Amino acid sequence: MATSFQTHPDRYRHWKLTFDGERADLVLDVQPFGGLRDDYELKLNSYDLGVDIELADAVQRLRFEHPEVKVVVVKSGQQRVFCAGANIPMLGSSSHAFKVNFCKFTNETRLSIEDASKHSGQKYVAALNGTCAGGGYELAMACDHLILIDDGSSAVSLPEVPLLGVLPGTGGLTRLVDKRKVRRDRADVFCTTSEGIRGKRAVTWGLVDAIAPRSKFDEAVAEAAAALAKGGRDKGPGIALEPIEPEVTEGGDLVYRYVRVELAEQARTAVLRIRAPEEPQPTSADEIQAAGSSQWSLRAFRELDDALLQLRVNHLDVGLVVLRAEGDLDAVLAVDAALHANRDHWLANEILAHQARVLRRLDLTAKSFFALADRGTAFGGVLLELALAADRLYMLADDDEEVAVALSASNLGAMPMSHGLTRLEARFAGDASAVEALAKTKGERLTTAEADELGLVTVAPDEIDWDDDVRIALEERASLSPDALTGMEASLRFPGPEAPDAKIFARLSAWQNWIFQRPNAVGPEGALTKYGAPDRPTFQWTRC
Amino acid sequence: MSTHTTANEVIPLSCPPMSLTDSIPNNVDLGSDKKLLRALEKWQPNFLEWWKEMGPDGFQEDLIYLRTAIDVDPAGWATYDYVKMPDYRWGIFLTPREGERQVHFGDEQGQKAWEEVPGELRGILRRIIVTQADTEPASVEQQRQLGKTAPSLYDLRSLFQVNVEEGRHLWAMVHLLHQYFGRDGREEAEGLLERRSGDADKPRILQTFNEKTDDWLSFFCFTMFTDRDGKFQLAALSESGFDPLARATQFMLTEESFHLFTGETGVERVVQRACELMKQDPNGDARAQGGIDLPTIQKWINFWFSSAVELFGGEISSNAADYFATGLKGRYREAAKYQDHQALGDVYEMTVFEGGKLDRREVPLRNALNEVLRDEYVADCERAVRKWNHVIKKQGVDVELKLPNRRFNRSMGIYAGAHFDLEGRPITAEQFEAHRSEWLPTREDRDYVRSLMVPVYEPGKIANWIAAPKKGVNGQPFELEYVKFAPR
Repeated sequence: MATSFQTHPDRYRHWKLTFDGERADLVLDVQPFGGLRDDYELKLNSYDLGVDIELADAVQRLRFEHPEVKVVVVKSGQQRVFCAGANIPMLGSSSHAFKVNFCKFTNETRLSIEDASKHSGQKYVAALNGTCAGGGYELAMACDHLILIDDGSSAVSLPEVPLLGVLPGTGGLTRLVDKRKVRRDRADVFCTTSEGIRGKRAVTWGLVDAIAPRSKFDEAVAEAAAALAKGGRDKGPGIALEPIEPEVTEGGDLVYRYVRVELAEQARTAVLRIRAPEEPQPTSADEIQAAGSSQWSLRAFRELDDALLQLRVNHLDVGLVVLRAEGDLDAVLAVDAALHANRDHWLANEILAHQARVLRRLDLTAKSFFALADRGTAFGGVLLELALAADRLYMLADDDEEVAVALSASNLGAMPMSHGLTRLEARFAGDASAVEALAKTKGERLTTAEADELGLVTVAPDEIDWDDDVRIALEERASLSPDALTGMEASLRFPGPEAPDAKIFARLSAWQNWIFQRPNAVGPEGALTKYGAPDRPTFQWTRC
Repeated sequence: MSTHTTANEVIPLSCPPMSLTDSIPNNVDLGSDKKLLRALEKWQPNFLEWWKEMGPDGFQEDLIYLRTAIDVDPAGWATYDYVKMPDYRWGIFLTPREGERQVHFGDEQGQKAWEEVPGELRGILRRIIVTQADTEPASVEQQRQLGKTAPSLYDLRSLFQVNVEEGRHLWAMVHLLHQYFGRDGREEAEGLLERRSGDADKPRILQTFNEKTDDWLSFFCFTMFTDRDGKFQLAALSESGFDPLARATQFMLTEESFHLFTGETGVERVVQRACELMKQDPNGDARAQGGIDLPTIQKWINFWFSSAVELFGGEISSNAADYFATGLKGRYREAAKYQDHQALGDVYEMTVFEGGKLDRREVPLRNALNEVLRDEYVADCERAVRKWNHVIKKQGVDVELKLPNRRFNRSMGIYAGAHFDLEGRPITAEQFEAHRSEWLPTREDRDYVRSLMVPVYEPGKIANWIAAPKKGVNGQPFELEYVKFAPR
C-alpha cells in the first residue's frame, strides 16, 4: 500500500490544531492503534511516519492558512508524557530503506519548523509536560523555546546510545551542541545517561530554556508564548491549501496538474516532468493573494514536493530520476520576477521559502538526478534550480539554437541549499567569478553553447548524438551500485562549508545509516533487536 | 624586384566535396547514416594525414598490387588491382547476420544479442574496442621503414597488404566507436590517430606494439606471433553478445589470416634458406654464407613469442571474468567448441610461482579465461613450429626450433619479476643474465640481421637470406611486378 503524504487537519488522527488569536496550539495525542501499520502500538506519544506526515502538514498549513499566528505551542494531549520519540518496535520491524527515509523525512519536518520561525516569524514553544525522550526531545529542540515541567521526575533525554545502540536520528546531537550550544562534555554525559536530566540542571546545561512547576506550567507556557509573539508582523489573510493528490494511472504514473512522474520500474528510472504555466499568472501583490494556492509557483512546487516524497518512499528501486522542465521559459521567468518584486508580501515570501524547501528536499533525495534539456525545455529561474540540483545536466546543442536556459533572482540567493550556499555557489565552489559572470546574464536566454561556456552544462550532445548519448548515460547510471551512488552523490552535491542543517543530514547519512546496518544494533544480539526483550544485547567490541 | 604580395598567403587546401559513400565501400548503409557520415567526414582526413605521416615511408605514389574488400561475399572481399596506397578504399564491413542472434554465453546467455551498446557495459565495451583498435595503427607505425629493405617485390607487396588491412581494421573499430559511442567514441577515435608506437609520451596502449620492428625477420615474427594474438582476440570477440562487434571482428578475421600466412611462411622461408646456406657452407655456417642462421632465428622466436604471450593479459584476471560474464568476450570458438557456456563452478589448474617455487593451483575458470585463450594460442604456435621443423628435417639438418616456455621473459602477469629458463624452470636473475645473449637477440645479432637488409626491387629476384615463396599472389607468378614504382 503506497504511503500518501497528503492530509488535512480534518483527517488528523494524532494532532490537533487550535487557534487563539496570534497563538496556535499543536497538540500531540497519538492514537496507539492508529499507526500506518498494525504490527506496533504507538505507546507514550511515540510516533511513526503517519504521525510525522500530519505534523509536516500542520507546520505547512500554519504558514499558508494561518499567517496571523505568531507563535505555535507544541504540547502533549496526554498526561505526564510529552513524547517518547520514534516508536522503537516500528523501527525494529522496518526495512533499512524505510528507516532511512523515515529519518530523512522527520528531519526535514523539524527543519521546516525552524524555517517557519526564521522566514515566517512563526515562533515555536515546546511545552514539555512530562517524559520527553529521544525523538520527543529532538522535536522540542527544533522549537525556539523549551519549557520543562519541574515535577521531580520529568526529564529530557536522548537515550538512544545507552538504550538502543543507535544514534538520535533527528538532528539531536547536532542541535545540542550547534544550536543550543550545550558544552560538549556535558552533551557527552547527557547522551549516555538514559534517564536524562531534569529540573534546574537541565536549565543550567542549556538543555531547556525554562522549568516550571506543575501548578504554574500552563501559565509559564502562555507567558513565553506571548513574549515570543510580541513584535511579529501582522500578516494575512491566509489562503487555503487546495488538495493536490495526483491521479494514478494504470501503469502507476503520477499525474498532477503541473507535474507528472512516469515510472519505468524495470529500468529503475522515472521521468519527472514539470510544466511551466500556460495560464496567466499573478503579477501584483493583490493578484498573488487572490490567486492563492492555485497559482503555479505554489501549486507546481507542492506537487513536486509530493512527487519527490512518493518517489522516495513508494518507489525504493527507482534509482535514477530524469528531470525535465517543459513549456515556456519566459513564463517561468515572469513568475519569478513577480514573486521577487513582491517579496514584501507575506504570500510571495512564503511561496519563495516553500520553493526553497522543496529544492532542498531534492538535494537530499537519495536518487540520481539527470536533468535533460532538449526542445521545449523550460529550465529557467526557479526551474533552472532543478537542473542545478541535478547531478548532471544534458543539454541539446540544437542547430537552430532554440534550446535555452535562463537565470532569475531565484538562482542568486533565494533558494539556498541546506549548507547555506546557492546552487551556483556550490557548483563553482572555487570560482566566484563564474557565479558573477552568470549573474550578469540574469533574464537572458542562454543557448546551449553559451550555457556550456558558462559552466552550466555537463554534456551538450548535438542532434545526432542526443538519443544515444542520453540513453547510454541513463542505462549506465541505473546499473551502478545504489549504495555507492547514494554516498557519492551526497558527497559531491554539497561543496563548501558545513552548516547545522547540512550537518544533520551528513551525520545521519554517514553514521546513523551505518549503525542501522551493524550487528550491534540490528543483529540478533543487537541493542535495537533486544530492546524490550528479557536479555541484554551482546556487542562485538571492535571499534571501527 | 618581384612583389611578394601573395607569397605568404595560405591557400586553404580544399578537397573537392567528396562523397564518402562512394569512396568507402561498406555494407553498413553509410549513405543514409547521418551520424556516421558526420563522424567520418571529420575523421577520414585525419586518417589520411596519419597514413601519410606514419604509414609506409616513401611508397605512397607507387602502384601496388593490392587486395581490396569491396563487399562481404566471397567474390567481393578479395578483388585485386594496382592501387596507390593513399587511394586504397578502406571499407567498413560487418559479416552478414544470420537471423536473430542471442547472447550465447555468460550471465546473459539466452537474452537477445545487443544491437546497441547497453549503457551499463559502455565503459568495459569501449575499453575492449579501443584496446583492440589501438593495435591496428600501431603495427603500421612499427613497420613504416621496412619497405626500404624488402627482400623482394613479393614481400614488399605483402608488407603493404598487411599495412592497408591493418588500416582497414582500424576503420572497422572506428566505425564501432563512431556508430555506438557518441562523442566519447569520436574522441577515442581521434586518440587512435594521436598515439604513436614507441613514443615516450604518447605510446601505444600495449607494450608489444611499441617494440621496434625494423628488420624483416622481426616483421615475419610479428605477423607470426603478435598478429596471431590478434587472431585469438578477434575470434573471442566474434563470439560477443554485442552483435556489431561480433560481426565486425568476424570479417576482420578473414583478412587476418593473410597476415598470419605472411608471418608463418615468412619465417619458414628464412628457415629454409638458413638450411640451404648451411649445406653450402663448408663449416655449416649460414652466417658465413650471408644468411640468418637457425640459432639467430631461435632468438627472434624467443623474443617475439614471449612478448606476444603477454598480450593475453593476466593469468588470473577479474577483467577476463567480467568480459565473459557480461557476454562481451567469449572463449575461442565458444559456440562451436563448448557445451557449457556458463563456465561457472569449474576450475582451471594453473602453474603458479609462489614462495620461490612452481606450484599447481586451482583458479575459478572464469578468472582463468585469459590463460585458456593463451593455451589455444600456444597450441597454434606449436603447430607452426612443427611445420618449420619439418622443413628443416626435409633439408636434412639436425636442428629443432622450439617455442620457449610461456613463463620465459615475462614482464606482466603472475610470472613477472621472477626468472625462468627456456623450459620454464625457475632460475636466478644472475643465471638469466648469464644466458641472456644466448636466448635473446643481442645488439650484435640485431646489427648483423639489419646488415643483411638491403632492398631487392627487381621482379623475380630475392635477397640471399630468404627463400622465394612457393607461389605468387592471387595465382600470379612470383616474378610479377607486384609494385610498380613511380619515377623516383
